[in-house]
Amino acid sequence: MLYFANWKIGLILAVSLLGIWFAAPNFSPVPGQTVNLGLDLQGGSHLVFEVDLPGVAAERLTGLSSEANVLLRQQPAIPTAANAVIGEEVVIRVARADDLEEAYTRLQSLSRPVGDGSLSLTGGLAPRSVSFIRDDEERTIRIALTDAALIDIRDRTIAQSIEVIRRRVDATGTTEPTIARQGDERILVQVPGESDPTRIIELVGTTARMTFHLVRADVAVGADGQGRTPPGVRIIQQDDLSEPYIAVERRAMVSGENLTYAGSTFQEGQPVVEFRFDTTGAAAFGRVTSQNVGRRFAVVLDDVVISSPVILSPILGGSGIIQGNFTFESAYDLAVLLQAGALPAELTVVEQRSVGPGLGQDSINKGTIAVIIGFIGVIVFMLAAYSMFGIFSNIALMLNVTLILGALSGLQATLTLPGIAGIILTIGMAVDANVLIYERIREESRNGRTPANAIEKGYSEALSAILDANITTLIAAGVLYMLGAGPVRGFAVTLGIGIITSVFTAFVVSRLLVAMWVKGLKPKKLPI
Amino acid sequence: MSLALVNFFPTSTAIPFIKARFAAFVFSAVTILASIAAFFVMGLNFGIDFTGGVTLEVRTEQEIDAGRIDEMRTLLDGLGLGAIELQGLSELTEGSECFGNHCALIRVQPQAGEGLDAERAQQAANQAVQTALTAQYPLIEFRSVQVLGPKVSGELVEAGILSIVIALFLMLLYIWFRFEWQYSVGAVLALVHDVIITIGMFSVTQLEFNLSTIAAILTIVGYSMNDTVVVYDRIRENIRKFKKKPLGEVLNFSINNTLSRTVLTSVTTLVALFSLWLLGGAALQGFAFAMIFGIVIGTYSSIFIAAPLLLVTNVKRDSSDS
Repeated sequence: MLYFANWKIGLILAVSLLGIWFAAPNFSPVPGQTVNLGLDLQGGSHLVFEVDLPGVAAERLTGLSSEANVLLRQQPAIPTAANAVIGEEVVIRVARADDLEEAYTRLQSLSRPVGDGSLSLTGGLAPRSVSFIRDDEERTIRIALTDAALIDIRDRTIAQSIEVIRRRVDATGTTEPTIARQGDERILVQVPGESDPTRIIELVGTTARMTFHLVRADVAVGADGQGRTPPGVRIIQQDDLSEPYIAVERRAMVSGENLTYAGSTFQEGQPVVEFRFDTTGAAAFGRVTSQNVGRRFAVVLDDVVISSPVILSPILGGSGIIQGNFTFESAYDLAVLLQAGALPAELTVVEQRSVGPGLGQDSINKGTIAVIIGFIGVIVFMLAAYSMFGIFSNIALMLNVTLILGALSGLQATLTLPGIAGIILTIGMAVDANVLIYERIREESRNGRTPANAIEKGYSEALSAILDANITTLIAAGVLYMLGAGPVRGFAVTLGIGIITSVFTAFVVSRLLVAMWVKGLKPKKLPI
Repeated sequence: MSLALVNFFPTSTAIPFIKARFAAFVFSAVTILASIAAFFVMGLNFGIDFTGGVTLEVRTEQEIDAGRIDEMRTLLDGLGLGAIELQGLSELTEGSECFGNHCALIRVQPQAGEGLDAERAQQAANQAVQTALTAQYPLIEFRSVQVLGPKVSGELVEAGILSIVIALFLMLLYIWFRFEWQYSVGAVLALVHDVIITIGMFSVTQLEFNLSTIAAILTIVGYSMNDTVVVYDRIRENIRKFKKKPLGEVLNFSINNTLSRTVLTSVTTLVALFSLWLLGGAALQGFAFAMIFGIVIGTYSSIFIAAPLLLVTNVKRDSSDS
């Protein structure tokens, strides 16, 4: 145990120097990556949004119901007694039992291959998007989305949402936001340095589905939003106190999907949003506005009318402006939302944790003091308990803390406040391996072994206990990392790294130091 | 001759730990029953991680004295958000933003609601509190804001319980793999003992039980296991060495062999934890306290529970695996 081949010494030195190299930027102006501070230490906001996937699936079912309607109305039309979304199914009941077979055949075209339609890797056919259950007695066909379709909807919705959120958040000029999927139906947004996430929540939480509708001035609307609406007309809220409700045509003239550009600017001193349509949108908008000069149209954003101007002349160029109750910031934000596109699903905040820079700095200061005092306490104690050998273990301990910092910097792991607690705990527990070894050496020495022999025996006999003890703690850290949430994971990271580095420093490095000392001084007695 | 400045232990001890096992078993059984009773009678003071709701830490220019707390309470009670807890935070460290009595902790109970509406209700409560406070104290600073809906908090409870169960199970497997089944049963019973008593302590003191408490419990499990493994390792070694001696004597001898190590490691860990407890700030105090308590309990259980349990399960003497 006390003989080290030169290559082993070289390897130990290399690992130690590498750790010091990675840790160095944290202490000195050496360029390089420093430890990545968690949001609880540097200040910032941690937001988790839940994507309303059931809502998307329900929309898809409504779409299937109307597609089915179109298929059944084709000549010769099949009369139906019912066609409705009930729970997670579209239930269609034909009026005559004889039509069931024909209806079933026609509806088959609702089922499409899921994914890109190619053969799946396993060689089978790609899964279908809907399943049919036919009930002859009830004269019904029940259509449901398959699991494959639901997974496909989920993955697409989340991927699209992340894309839209990224464009929106980037437009606010936030530095280095993290936007990532979390679990099956959630999206994590982390914004360092932003301790008031209100604006981010508004930007991300707005669906921003924009549509343009003709206003029906002929439909009377009460101040409470009640009124008799003819088919194809609906009453919606308007963002204007002088006219809180307004009746519009259900069918949109054109929708936000046809926008190619949106930006904020000023017109006559008022903040406005300017926009431009693509060719399809421009053509549709041009046609409707030419036919309806003098009428009003409504700009509807997420079911609220934000503006309802009069069409003064046909708008043929495909571009225009929206005047509304805007401040400069709200006009800018709306432009950002329109430019980034609508979210495919509604998002709700389910978790918000924000920390201001003041609290973060306080935590860093206190954590640093606690680490330093704890470190000094352990060093003094080890020196008092083991004198010369205490020096070896203290050198190992210092290297250990350096290696932890080096590993955190090198791996770009995040250091959180509980992570600092993990470092302090590691400092206290890291010397355990040395204590085990030294106590064993004392024992062997008392049993009459020569110094070199006792040391040899101490290291070899303590090894299995050291390994078992550290592996069990590593198991605890691993479970915590897998199941722990948020900052607590940071604790698992530093604890786990600390266990690995402490086995290296306490068992390998301290042994090298002891071996060099034994070789150099050839002690007759052990100062332990 | 020894050059060590302090000699903490006599060269060898012969404390009759095994003889004290019945007293220890009774003591532990009573403590466990008391812990379970406390858990059911007093419950745990769950933090926002597990209940959901809103917590805010605020700082105002004005000093937050008892009068100001009452003023804030009246203001916030007027919002109709249910129970609101207010607590002034005094800070003794100069240079900290909260130095003097400038900070307070506000906790709003979880808002009721169904599905996603419940999630939105927490956000609305947060907005209402912030708006009301900003109107009253225009320079107020929100040092930290946490809003958790019932979904996430429910999942955190599940994950917390699951993580402790999984950790215990993995320990059981590992020790079984490295030792004999008797060892793994003894070790895990000792761990369960530590976990129950630590939870009981949280129930009796009504200290906040949150995510860092779960982290602390898992670390205590790791630490206590660590201690137990060291003792077991020595027991296994001595059982092979002294085949003729009665098991109780071997166990006692082994505990005494490793006693100095057990105590020294506990001391260095406690030194570090006390530093964390006293200097690490409010956020880590609960964690540090739980760990300090757990280290003491874990050390006790390794010596008085885990080792004597081998006598109860009658560990095999002719173990031949290496």
